Amino acid sequence: MKHKAGDYLILDEATGRYREDPEQTVRDDVEKHHWLHVGRTILKDWRLYLMLVPMLLVFLFWRYMPMYELLGSFKVDDVVKPVADQYFKGFSNFKGLLLGTGTFANLSTEFWRAMRNTFLLSFYGLLFGFPMPILLALFFNEIRSDIVRSGMQVFTYLPKFMSTVVMTSLVIMLIRQGSSATGAPPGIISQALASLGLISRETAQNGLLNDPAYFRAIYQISGIWETAGYDSIVFFAAIIAISPTSYEAAQIDGAGKWAQMRYVVLPSILSTIVIMLITRIGSMLSIGYEKVLLLNEERVAIYQTSEVISTFSWRIKTTQNQSGLASAAEMLNNVVGMLLVIGANTIARKASNVSLY
Amino acid sequence: MKRKLEISELIFKIFSYLFLTVFALLCLYPFLYAVSASISGRHAVEYQELILFPKDVQFEAFASMFSNNQFWNAYSNTLFLTIYGTVWSLGVSILGGYALSKKRLLFRKAFNFFLVFTMWFSAGIVPQYLNYLATKSVFNSIGIMDDKWLVVIAMGMAAMNIILLRNAFENVPSEIEEAAIVDGATEMQVLAKVFIPMSKSTIATVALFFAISRWNGYFWARQMISNTNEQPLQVFIRNQLEQYTDLEQLGGWTENYAADSIIFALIVCSIIPILIIYPFIQKYFAKGTNAGGVKE
Repeated sequence: MKHKAGDYLILDEATGRYREDPEQTVRDDVEKHHWLHVGRTILKDWRLYLMLVPMLLVFLFWRYMPMYELLGSFKVDDVVKPVADQYFKGFSNFKGLLLGTGTFANLSTEFWRAMRNTFLLSFYGLLFGFPMPILLALFFNEIRSDIVRSGMQVFTYLPKFMSTVVMTSLVIMLIRQGSSATGAPPGIISQALASLGLISRETAQNGLLNDPAYFRAIYQISGIWETAGYDSIVFFAAIIAISPTSYEAAQIDGAGKWAQMRYVVLPSILSTIVIMLITRIGSMLSIGYEKVLLLNEERVAIYQTSEVISTFSWRIKTTQNQSGLASAAEMLNNVVGMLLVIGANTIARKASNVSLY
Repeated sequence: MKRKLEISELIFKIFSYLFLTVFALLCLYPFLYAVSASISGRHAVEYQELILFPKDVQFEAFASMFSNNQFWNAYSNTLFLTIYGTVWSLGVSILGGYALSKKRLLFRKAFNFFLVFTMWFSAGIVPQYLNYLATKSVFNSIGIMDDKWLVVIAMGMAAMNIILLRNAFENVPSEIEEAAIVDGATEMQVLAKVFIPMSKSTIATVALFFAISRWNGYFWARQMISNTNEQPLQVFIRNQLEQYTDLEQLGGWTENYAADSIIFALIVCSIIPILIIYPFIQKYFAKGTNAGGVKE
């Protein structure tokens, strides 16, 4: 057995000598007679291991088994047989989606359109949705009265706790189209936007959600409404952790508001910003399918801007029952998504010693 | 001595107040509008005459909803899913998080990775759908015909929540645990009498996260629960939305109140329970998100 101070030997304070770390010896023992000892250790401590079982089973059945279903993307589409009984087909589903050969021409176009939409929705979210909570946190910090501030915070967090169905129903109702049968005008927000001149009366009357040009804006603005307040919590916590003496020192040096922002606040919350940015970039490809589906269901006219990979593969599955193709699309999405998470995490660790996982 | 505010600081302060006031009101507006529209008269709602306050107040939309058996059915289904779902998810997460928090656990790293990997890589909705379908047929074959149990047991587990619990349990001082063991406590007693009481606030946070996501659950309940009498409130709201907006557009609506009022009334009813527990969440969730460093 090799001995290395610190790892295997610990200082015995009573005698002032080094002795073996008993836990390490146990670990070595376990290594030595591996499975036998593993079995014995588990048997001796079976209650603890039993506690782990429900969690492992739940994750195995309903998180890892679906990954096994992903193998269907390599196989022939056969709706009758389960994945295990289908024969291996290779990469034709992937090739078809990516390159659009033969009968896949249309599907491939739609796949790339969905890929583009996924990226664009995330990218605009990063551009507009990400800075918003930081700004809110900076503004919250200016409000000295606790009651006023927490009152405002309560209002801004609230939408986060509402269901996607409620939020999308409200969006749909507030920008709904007017009715030609009854002569009813469009929803109240559409009317307001039209009278501000931001959209034409005609667009408002036909329904903002029916116009592909507005889907991305609707998605981002409703996204900010839902999450900006809640997401500001993390940044606000980082800002109030800044010691007041830092501001005082800056003020004595004659720093105005902008200089204080630049040299006191920003450096203090930078690591939080980096962490949140990594999370955001890492989840770039996992646009929530629920919200998109609820907003564009039955509105084929706006698929060109609204359909993302997950809703695309859902459509392929539900309308054409092509599980293999649908799985292939999700597989591509997921693999790129995982590379993004790992890549973003590695870059962050190298750049700032902040790592998420 | 109180320092006079620099001009730039003053401008920023005023702008902050203005911006936040407008933003907070905009966040709230759709909900206030929903309340007003649910109790306003048909003409006012259909012709978009109300801006904030109700007009030609009526309560028939609420009355017709309350006399609808399907509504109460949906409501009780949602309660079922929320209560059993939260108990199940929380129970599994506490046990798992506790075991993972123990340094003596063999293969601890591997188990952690098993958990965290699901945060990086998820199969996607189609493979999940196929998987849930298979689960459903297994459940049916062993006699569980009510699809609500499928939703309760198979869905709504979150690796993030287990990690929050694990971190909280790791912070319990080991001396207290050792004292309990010396006093002859079993593993289960140590968990119930020492760890759970000492991590109350994290457990409350996680329980609230679970409860809210269960209450708000929609997509999988819609896909997996085939019997319409078993479907939860969120699915009911969406079905009503699809049904009524069509009716109204075609001019086939004959009640004294607008079809929209029904939808708004449903929305109001579905958010009231959340508003009731909201003050309690307020206290806890900030802590939970900070401990994880990652948003839910």
